[in-house]
Amino acid sequence: MDVQPSLAPPPPPPPPLGGHGLHRFANPGRFLRLSGAVLPWLAGAGILLTALGLGWGLFGVPADYQQGDAVRILYVHVPAAQMALGGYLVLAFVSLASIIWRHPLADLAAAEIGPVGAAFTALCLGTGSIWGKPMWGTWWIWDARLTSVLILFFLYLGHVVLVRAFDDPTRGQRAGAILALIGVVNLPVIKFSVDWWNTLHQPAAITLSGAPAMHLSMLWPLLTASAGYACLFGAIVVARTRAAVLERRLQGLLLVRTEAAR
Amino acid sequence: MTGKRRRIYLVLACAIGLGSASALTLMALSDNLVFFLSPSQLAEKAPQGGRAFRLGGLVESGSLYKQTIDGHPQAKFRVSDGAASIEVEYDGILPDLFREGQGAVALGSLRPDGKFRASEVLAKHDESYMPREVADALKKSGHWNPSAGPPPPAATWNTLPTKPGG
Repeated sequence: MDVQPSLAPPPPPPPPLGGHGLHRFANPGRFLRLSGAVLPWLAGAGILLTALGLGWGLFGVPADYQQGDAVRILYVHVPAAQMALGGYLVLAFVSLASIIWRHPLADLAAAEIGPVGAAFTALCLGTGSIWGKPMWGTWWIWDARLTSVLILFFLYLGHVVLVRAFDDPTRGQRAGAILALIGVVNLPVIKFSVDWWNTLHQPAAITLSGAPAMHLSMLWPLLTASAGYACLFGAIVVARTRAAVLERRLQGLLLVRTEAAR
Repeated sequence: MTGKRRRIYLVLACAIGLGSASALTLMALSDNLVFFLSPSQLAEKAPQGGRAFRLGGLVESGSLYKQTIDGHPQAKFRVSDGAASIEVEYDGILPDLFREGQGAVALGSLRPDGKFRASEVLAKHDESYMPREVADALKKSGHWNPSAGPPPPAATWNTLPTKPGG
């Protein structure tokens, strides 16, 4: 029972301690230290800004001239849609890092982004549906925007399943990264579907060119909620990745212990 | 390092191949991905023989006529895209956003007399969001008549005060 090796380091794939560029974060210890310092701030900002933006949008903003109070769903729906797309972009970047640089942390992060992105996409689809029934007159319509976002949702789900589908985790991670990169094709389709085709879904009110087609009293709470969602998304993903790193470390320790006990 | 370089080239080649393949597919599909036909597209080539399709455009100002017979709401209106317009008949409840000057999409088919018989009517939302006070101010000052079409350029109203004199 006198097992001491719990103090022994886990058997990691030897990461270079120095490294350059992103590979500095390949050192799990460094990642845990850094993310541990950032996480409370990110989570705090996320909760605070989301609460502020949603509270402001749900209770403070004047009703819309034609939608009435139904306009308030916007404050839940639009930031969720932004994070559905933004989250996928991060997933694609992380997958690229995994495929080209074989970054060990990227594989762990990719597996953790999937479920979070899927949840935000589901929120976007659900709130959109609730808004669509009274406003458009239908829960769902197969127009280019709604269909492409549904495909995004399935891409997320496919990634979640694929990454965990193999006995050898590396094979799952590789397959998941390839799926994530192929799915990037869908992002510009979602973004520009409302401009390229006749859709029932309205085009973006906030564009890089031109004034926002939204009164400023309605715009500020939306931007606040967007920032809050982004911080929240980041905080959840960082927390999940930390948990994954720790879990791996624990598995390593347990392995050492059983080996030693033998 | 050669492995890494090879993977970068592989990813780049795949991206170019996949990108151009999907771009070509989307261009080829662009005709079939049309969610609705506009009245002038309809005038050019109408779907034949009572086939169901979607018609979209602005509800023409002053053309909406609603009545209720035995508790069944009925509506008649014209859908226009500026160049052409067509009369639509619909039995049922119109969605909240439906009004003159607003975009609408109707699912149905052409009747032999050239009218469009809708089985479902959806309202399209223009991408402008403004408080009631601002819309009222625009109407009062004569800058915008909601039944005539979409609001004026956003820069002219998105900073207007929401309270009179505020």
